[in-house]
Formats: sequence, structure tokens, C-alpha cells
Amino acid sequence: MASTTSSTKPSTAAPRGEVQIALIGCNHRTAPVEFRERVAFSAEQARAAATSLRQQGILQEAVVLSTCNRSELYGVPGDSGAAVTEAMEEFLTSFHRIPRSDFDGRFYRWTGRDAIQHLYRVAAGLDSMLLGEAEILGQLRTAYSQALEYGSTGPVLNRAFQGALEVGKRIRAETEVGARPMSVAFAGVRLAERVFGNLRGRTALIVGAGAVAEQVVEHLRNRGIGRLQVVNRSLDRAEELAQRMDGKAVPWQSLESVLAVPDVIVTSVSGSEPVLTRPMLEAALAARAGKPVFVVDLGVPRNVAPDAAGLYSLYLYNVDDLGEIVEQNRRAREAEIPRAESIIAEHVSKFEAWRSALAAGSIVDELRAHFQRRRDELLRERLAALPLISPEERQRLAEVTEELVERLLVEPTERLRKTHSMRGHLGALDALRHLFGISEKHRKGKAGDSGDGDE
Amino acid sequence: MHQYMTYVSLAVYAGSFVCYAGILYIPNAWLGRLATFLLASGIVCHYFALLERSRWIHAVPYDDLYGSMSLFAWLLAVTYLGLEFLHRQRSVGALVTSLLVVWIALVATFAPNKILQSSPARGPIFALHVTLNTWAYAAFALSFILSLVYLLQDRVLRSRHAGAAFWRFPALDVLDRMSRSSVYVGLSTMIVGVSLGFLYERRLTGAIIWTDPKVLITLAIFAIYVAYLALSRASGWRGARAARICAFNFAVVLFSYTAVNMYFTAFHRFL
Repeated sequence: MASTTSSTKPSTAAPRGEVQIALIGCNHRTAPVEFRERVAFSAEQARAAATSLRQQGILQEAVVLSTCNRSELYGVPGDSGAAVTEAMEEFLTSFHRIPRSDFDGRFYRWTGRDAIQHLYRVAAGLDSMLLGEAEILGQLRTAYSQALEYGSTGPVLNRAFQGALEVGKRIRAETEVGARPMSVAFAGVRLAERVFGNLRGRTALIVGAGAVAEQVVEHLRNRGIGRLQVVNRSLDRAEELAQRMDGKAVPWQSLESVLAVPDVIVTSVSGSEPVLTRPMLEAALAARAGKPVFVVDLGVPRNVAPDAAGLYSLYLYNVDDLGEIVEQNRRAREAEIPRAESIIAEHVSKFEAWRSALAAGSIVDELRAHFQRRRDELLRERLAALPLISPEERQRLAEVTEELVERLLVEPTERLRKTHSMRGHLGALDALRHLFGISEKHRKGKAGDSGDGDE
Repeated sequence: MHQYMTYVSLAVYAGSFVCYAGILYIPNAWLGRLATFLLASGIVCHYFALLERSRWIHAVPYDDLYGSMSLFAWLLAVTYLGLEFLHRQRSVGALVTSLLVVWIALVATFAPNKILQSSPARGPIFALHVTLNTWAYAAFALSFILSLVYLLQDRVLRSRHAGAAFWRFPALDVLDRMSRSSVYVGLSTMIVGVSLGFLYERRLTGAIIWTDPKVLITLAIFAIYVAYLALSRASGWRGARAARICAFNFAVVLFSYTAVNMYFTAFHRFL
């Protein structure tokens, strides 16, 4: 059904009467960051693209999802019908002014069930660089909300994206795909929560002001840490980080004197000798009446003397310990993929059932129009040969034949309405179209036909 | 005597256990609420089971070991539910409800269908004395469970090998606070319960027999739990050491509840 290269282009013609979703996009797996930067959309660009796609009749509905790891364009084909993904790709090449040849092998194209499945996998974080990461769900929500605001969505994409948000929430609630920390920095913070519970009102001391320390500080802030102190060999750097993170810089010389205060200590400084020795930490623990301290040592070589791990009330984790936990968590998350996939399959089936119900409704309308046309033709032919029939009798004949058409359609309409899942019947619907000769031509020509009839 | 309500409460507690165990693997808020709802429903059913037994024996059902066990389980469930609301923690629910299920199953299986010779002691003061002391034991049992979980969590944290359940159980600080809350409940009910016991004894005999082994061990229990509360805040004792003290204290409670009741005391005997 779909491919990830331009060379094997899938058939994207929407089956008659069915509402298809089409998607083209690239992500961290199919394209390097240099390319992803070129096809990224700002919020304004996303709006302009969606509007333009609809104005050009390529799509009836459009949503642009653009994050640092992916640029995707979801849409419901407009009147152009066939080869919609090609039209979407054409549009993107001109929108971003990128030669078409650059797209080869970097864009994937999905339609119908595959597109929905992809969207739900994205929402679940299964398609993310960091399996199960939560940020994508927020980005998806934002992309959808913006599209909703500027009116580029319709019933199909509304249904699809609301479903995706539900899938994302369900998977995070019911599986462990997004439950455990996947970065060393976050694992350290989550472990601190295993000791203290809520970090609100707690104090953290960051020893070193490097990039890793910064990540930890950010996680600590996100988890509501109360007070933050930063100590670094360079006071300027400490002050810079402290200012940015709403903390307090402490001179390097005061390190030992402030050790008794924090509940969480994160070290990340370079140096061949440990910065925090066992006697220093022992004194700190005594000064804080034995209240527990959680120490995360992210330095290599280690910043905390290993024998400090034996201190009562002190929990010490180094970068290897955290790395092992992250690895365990990665395996645990991967083990949850089948459960997540089954939730996705359930929701894809729900969407398909809804889509099929739409298709079923559409064929009833088509059948009705078809029978009405035949009735009109028959009445015209027969009544032309019967000039003696009065206008009242003609009117009566028209009413009776119209009632006949309606009666013929009552039962199939009822059956279609009562069928919960029409997915298995889609082939039968196509057969029905074929049997009665309801073609795309008829559907498009409905407007013209209606002018010929009595109506 | 029929024990329909005991079986119903057993089934509801079992349902609650399934839900509590479920939230350790599937962190679903609704499943958690269902677990709490089923526990509360189990408590209500269990209350009617106790009421049924109470009507049958014309007394609060603590005269025999079975009634006493059932009352103990009910008070344990009530105390846990209170702690769950107070600390907003459901993750130890699976342990508590599993204990309840086993406990009630034993009661339902072995409870005699004939009235045992009941104690001549009667009246509201006596009933309150026994019920409040049973409640204290239940609260101490809960603090024991919480202390065990604390020690387990502490060991996992120190071993640096976090398993699946590790991320689901409460933080050490929360377990510590829950355990202390439970001990506060136990000590409060014990103070009132023991005081009422003394009052009853004085009215009955005109004196208080301080040398009764049950009285002595109850006072000892009181002292060791007060010591636990003090040490759990003291430098060098807080944390795992305090949890070990709490676990040890419960061993003394068990000794008091079983051996002392059966072999050492004259008027606190339940068998």
C-alpha cells in the first residue's frame, strides 16, 4: 500500500465513496537533520501550506505536523482524486523550493489505513527517536489545534486526530511505553523522587555547570524542585546557569560549607580526583541530622569517592548505574510495544468502521440518485407515448414510482445503519456500485443530471 | 450460622486486590479508583458480616479467635483506607488487600458454626476497650507492612537494580510518613482502649492488676512504638533502621496477640 521511496509509488487513488486520508512526510529515520531543516514548517508556514493546499483543490482537509524530528502533511484528497500524494509532494517541492530529486528515498507516503496507523503510532511515541517520549503528543495536539483554529480540518481529520490524541493518552496510561526515564539526567531525577517523593520544597546542589548538569537542572525544575544552588570552579558560569534556572550561585570555596543543605546533589565536573570525599559527605549528613541525601555523580572520572556509597542515609548513583537503569528501561519500553500496537490496532479498526459507515451512507445516496434517474427516464419515455393521460394521473404516477424507489431502498438503508462494522463489506459496496453502474462519472455528473429531471 | 456476608466481603476484597495489583502494572487512574471503591465496598460488606455475627452471639464479635480475626481484618482495612486518602497513595493496596483476602478466607473456612462460651465480661466500656485495642493491633500491622515495603525499596535503591515494580511503589519518604501515621493511629486507639480497660477492671474488681502479663506487654508495646516515633526522626536512626524497629515492634505485637493471649494471661484469653 505504501512505500518510503519515490521509486515505488503506491496507488493513491481513493476508492469511490470512501474517505481516504493521505500522508507524506519524512522523519529522523528517513532523512538527515540537514534535510529535515529544509522541509520544516513554522506555525505560519503550516497555516499558509494548509490554506494553499485547500485553495488549490489538492486537499479538502489538511494538518501539518512539524517537529525537530519530523515534517508530515496529513490530508483528505480534494476533487483531484487520484495520485494525491504525488500532488502533495509536488506542492512541498514548490513550497520549500527543493528539487524533486532531493525527496527521493527521504519521504514516505501512506494512504488510508496505513496513514491512520502511522498517525496513531506517532501519537503513541512508537515512531519517535526516543521510544515512548511524551513531547510528541503535545506537539501533535498543538498542530491539530492550530489547524482547527484556521479551519483547515474537517470531519475526517478531526476524527483522525482526536483518535490519535486518545490513543496517545491511552497508551501512556495503560502501558509502560512512556513510563520510565530514558535519559541519564532524567533517570537521576526520577530516582531522587523514589527517595523523597515529591521534589517540591526540596533543595538541590549542582556541582559543575556543564551541559549534562544543565539537563539535570532542567528536569529538576520541571519536577518542581524548591531551591537550587549551583557551584562551579568558574563563578561566572555558575552565576549564568543559576540566573537562567532561577537558582543561586555559590563560590567553589564554599562547597563544603553548603553540602549540609541540599537533599539532592548532582556532580558533573572534570578532574582526576573526587570532588566530594567520604569525610565531607559524612560531615554533611551529620549536620543535617541524618536526613537522606541523594547524590548523582555524572562525572567521568567520578566526582564522588566510591566509598561514600556505604554511608547510611546516602544514596549514590554514578553515570554507569544510571546508564544501566536507562538500558533496563529501554528494554522494558520495548517489551511494551506489542501492547501499544494492539491498542493502536483497536483504534485503527474503530476509525475504519467509522469510515466504512460513511462509505455505506454515501452508497445509499448514490443508489437513490441512480434509481431516481432511471425512474425519470422511464417516466419520460412511457408518458411521451401516452398523450391522453391527464396531468393529475401523471402526477400520481410520478408519486407512486418515487414511493417505489424509496421502498426499495428502505431495507438496505436500515441494514447499513445497523451494521456496526462495515469494514468487511467494503468490497461488497464496490460490487454494488459495479452492479448498478454507479461510476465516478455519474457522481461527478450528478449536478448536470439533476437539471434534466423533474426535480 | 450462615456466613454469606463474609463470603461476599471476601469476593469484593479479592476484586479490590486484583485492581490494586493491576495498577502496579497498568497505571490507570480509573482502575485505581475502582480498587478503592471495591475496598470501601468490601469494608461495608464486612461490617454487615460482623453485624451478622454480632447478632448471633449477642456481643461484639471478639469473644473467639475467629471473630477477633475478622474484626482485626476489618479495622486493618478501615485504617488502610484512611491512610490511602490521607497520603493519596494506592501502591501498597495490593499488599494490604492480599493480606485481607487470605485473612478473611481463613476466617470463613475455619469459623465455627456454634456459639463458643463467651466471656462473662460485657458492656459498652468493655466492648470499646477490646475494639480499640484490636484497632491498635491492626494499625501496627499496617505500619509493619509499610516498613517491610520501605526496607525492600531501600534495598533496591542501594543495589541500583531497579525492577518494574520499583517505579510503582511509593517513595521512601511517603512510606515512612504512612508508617508513622499508622503508628499514630495505633497509639491513639491503644491509649483510649487501655484506659477504658483499666476503668472497666476498676469498676469490676475495685483495683487494677498491673502485673497481668497482658497489661505488662501492652505497656511495653506502647513504649516501643513511642520509641520508634522518636527514633524515626533522630539522626542515625531515621530511615531503614527505624523501619527495622517498626518491623520488630510488630513481632512483639504478634507475640502479645497470640502467645500472651493463649498462655500467659488469665482474663485476656480468646480461646
